[in-house]
Amino acid sequence: MNLKELYQEIILEHGKNPRNLRKTDEFNKDAKGNNPLCGDNVHVYLKLNGQKIVEDISFEGSGCAISMASASIMTDLIKGKNENEAREIVEDFLGMIKENPELKSENLKEDEKTKLMCLSGVKQYPMRVKCATLSWHTLVSAFENNKDQVNTEN
Amino acid sequence: MNINNIKKEFPIFDEKIQNNDLVYLDSANSSQKPKVVIDRINEFYTKQFSNVGRSVHYLAVAATNLYENTRTSVQKYINAKDKNEIVFTKGATEALNLVANTLGQNYVQEGDEILITELEHHSNYVPWHFLRKSKNIKINFAEINEEGGITIEAIEKKITPKTKIISITHLSNVTGAILPVKEITELAHSKGIIVVVDGCQGAPHLKLDMQDLDCDFYAISCHKMYGPTGLGVLYGKKKWLEELPPYQGGGGMIKEVKKDMISYGDLPNKYEAGTMATAQVIAFDQSIKFLESVGIDNVMKHEAELVEYGQDLLQKNNSVKLIGSPKDKGGVLSFTIEGIHPHDIATILDEDGVAIRAGHHCCQILHDKLNIPASARASVGIYNTKDDLDKLNDSINNCKKIFNLK
Repeated sequence: MNLKELYQEIILEHGKNPRNLRKTDEFNKDAKGNNPLCGDNVHVYLKLNGQKIVEDISFEGSGCAISMASASIMTDLIKGKNENEAREIVEDFLGMIKENPELKSENLKEDEKTKLMCLSGVKQYPMRVKCATLSWHTLVSAFENNKDQVNTEN
Repeated sequence: MNINNIKKEFPIFDEKIQNNDLVYLDSANSSQKPKVVIDRINEFYTKQFSNVGRSVHYLAVAATNLYENTRTSVQKYINAKDKNEIVFTKGATEALNLVANTLGQNYVQEGDEILITELEHHSNYVPWHFLRKSKNIKINFAEINEEGGITIEAIEKKITPKTKIISITHLSNVTGAILPVKEITELAHSKGIIVVVDGCQGAPHLKLDMQDLDCDFYAISCHKMYGPTGLGVLYGKKKWLEELPPYQGGGGMIKEVKKDMISYGDLPNKYEAGTMATAQVIAFDQSIKFLESVGIDNVMKHEAELVEYGQDLLQKNNSVKLIGSPKDKGGVLSFTIEGIHPHDIATILDEDGVAIRAGHHCCQILHDKLNIPASARASVGIYNTKDDLDKLNDSINNCKKIFNLK
């Protein structure tokens, strides 16, 4: 266990000053997520254009440093990607948080991978994995415009 | 038994938890177990095991006697009038569900009101919510004051001519407020209202006297009382337990079963359907004896000192905000730190071997009222020391350092 690995400076910074913590004007897809054990909640908004490219992504919500940083970094990375690329990145991220040592996605640049790997310290804290993955599951739900709230306990 | 030297009676404190000495501050969630309780479970399964109340062989009779001995011990410990007022359940949750369900069947009518408080644990709200759905009753909430307590006035304000039941916690698992249960009961009874008490936090930490409190029902969680998991106690006044219908049907709770009729057993069998948590009941006798050997007055004095010490320590700590400052306060220190989410606090404290709880502690109504999504909670038991609270404070300082707070 290593707290320094979990609470890296970049996580603390994103946790304190989350990017895209707002509500997208004219969003066309959205979804809500909730982690009832922690009380974390997130609402992801997407604005997709005709080519299914994410023109804007934002989120509202509250939670621990890990969940806020994860949502912040996610929105930063997903903006500008198309839906298929974004979904592939989500899969890659969830795989990495659960078991894979590295990110494999070809849709992420090296510096983007480095940024995302800052969240890998969560792996050592099984109780906290849900904090890191909530916004990502909610993003998938938003692409599907699913009105059922994502619930980490289901 | 001297309370200042009691840690050694609990084997878990001999363990290293992730290379740390354990600083266990999560007793409001569940308490650790003394060796006598652990040993009793082992001994019963090893040398004495049998089911109770059914067979006539030697082991069955001996086990039945042991099982009933615990009932008598509990009766004496809580000063209930009658042994048959003690019902074993699978937990305090089941005890409260039993009360809500059976009162719902026989006593509550459509349009009636049930009064609970904003402090209640979900287990003293959700069972009443079932009645709200099935019987179309209304649930009212007595409001907390600024100290995070419930006054007799707050209760009185919400009583209406339709109020049939008041169901309240004895001691809040978040603010630590101790409710004036005796006065509330007096007021309620003067208006013909039944009083149900969620004693989960009260039973391990306060002196219990059912005849003095005079409440109609009192639910106890044994695993919070230095006893085994999977076991609760429902105290109910005899007249109610006799009058109300059974909760679950099955073996052990019947008198006679025919194709066209069934009659139910006498108390307490009526409410103990199926094979009970036999080993846990028998071991719980040791928990009671253990508490008696320490003396509840000593427990209360010890824990009051700890709370005062802890409150003082945390109040002096910049950026720590304590939740609730009632005058009558049990061993619960809930807090938030501006700029650090409770889950981050709990993870960082855990790294130092300090076990606390973070979240809403099954009290979402209260957290909504306080306008916070979650809180961190350190709660004490008889084995805690001032040194544990110093370690808590040191670890909080470590948290602040990691998050660059002053």
